[in-house]
Amino acid sequence: MADKSLELFDAGHRACGGCGPALAARLILKGCGPHTIVTVSTGCMEVFSTPYPETAWKVPLIHSLFENASAVASGIEASLKKQGRNEHVICICGDGATFDIGMLCISGAFERGHNITYICYDNEAYMNTGIQRSGATPYDASTTTSPAGRQSFGNSRPKKDLPSILAAHGAPYVATCSVAYPNDIIKKVERAVNTEGPCYIQVHAPCCTGWGFDGKKTMAVGKLAIETGLWVNFELVNGSVEKAKKIKRRPVEDYLQEQKRFRHLFKPNRNDAEIAKIQAIADVNALKYGIDI
Amino acid sequence: MPLNIGCSARPGKSQENKTGSWRVFKPDFHYDLCTSCGTCQMICPEGCINLIDDKFTPDYTFCKGCGLCAEQCPADAISMKKEEK
Ligand SMILES: Cc1ncc(C[n+]2csc(CCOP(=O)(O)OP(=O)(O)O)c2C)c(N)n1
Ligand code: SF4
Ligand code: SF4
Ligand SMILES: [Mg+2]
Repeated sequence: MADKSLELFDAGHRACGGCGPALAARLILKGCGPHTIVTVSTGCMEVFSTPYPETAWKVPLIHSLFENASAVASGIEASLKKQGRNEHVICICGDGATFDIGMLCISGAFERGHNITYICYDNEAYMNTGIQRSGATPYDASTTTSPAGRQSFGNSRPKKDLPSILAAHGAPYVATCSVAYPNDIIKKVERAVNTEGPCYIQVHAPCCTGWGFDGKKTMAVGKLAIETGLWVNFELVNGSVEKAKKIKRRPVEDYLQEQKRFRHLFKPNRNDAEIAKIQAIADVNALKYGIDI
Repeated sequence: MPLNIGCSARPGKSQENKTGSWRVFKPDFHYDLCTSCGTCQMICPEGCINLIDDKFTPDYTFCKGCGLCAEQCPADAISMKKEEK
């Protein structure tokens, strides 16, 4: 069992107050424990936790590039194996690094079958460079590269289904979780690092700065994503759904209304047609994972 | 300070950066209401709430005053008040 009292991610880091990814980092390390080597991509988490010569990490951590954390982890894992060592090797990377630019390296690492756990903290855009859309940005979210305005309702493409893509690589364990449910993150990370082979975890990590809400609401916003069915917490074991969190669903506007990135759907006029499209996304999720009570 | 390719840092050296100076609001803990559930300690993004003498105690050296603990405390045992400096 993971020792939940152990703090392996230290205070003094420079994340925004109430930062979802900062909370995710603490919880992830509680799940994998001190016997762990971490590789990170470039992004908020790396920048706020390791401004040279400071670091918040109390486990070995290496940052190389934006796109290659999984390749670095592959090399570390291969070397440890050769030496007969068994530290957990994990990647912790943003959604831009995962869904877009790191995809090639991730696909390669999963295909080669390295015994690593790849964890994406998903704050649904490139936050560290000023809120640009990524393949993880949800439909209609306004970002600096998908600004809502007269010609646009925000991001015009739906979120990429990366868990399914990595499950299709033959990953033995793929799971989603959220900072709104801390014990669930710890449990799933613990399971992943103790599963042989390449595993993938996607942590929903609300970003107060990028999504536009007060930092004290980070967990409340995360919870609303789940209660509306726009985010589903599930586990895929050898490609099949083993478990998905069931809920009594609320309408999607309860989640959308809390965030400035969706403000244009309500002001100056309520956009029923676009809200209905987002409701349809939640309905498909609910059907696919059977989450309705 | 020369910065070469390949830099390393001492674990936990971030503690030199006292983020408590960022605070605008300060969490006030009311121990008469606290049920010791540990929610605040689990969810503080700074990891700066410690159990001292059986009391969950924020470390104001690092607390950024985000208000997440007060918002999530199921017993309403934490209130935020304007920081006086
Ligand atoms: C090859 C390369 N391209 C672009 C950048 C600039 N860059 C640094 S961080 C970042 C955004 C990272 O986004 P994400 O992975 O989602 O992490 P977040 O900042 O949102 O936590 C970008 C584009 C870079 N460092 N390297
Ligand atoms: S911009 Fe978002 S992800 Fe980056 S430190 Fe701030 S809250 Fe965290
Ligand atoms: S206000 Fe925020 S930083 Fe301060 S103790 Fe509470 S959760 Fe931690
Ligand atoms: Mg991101």
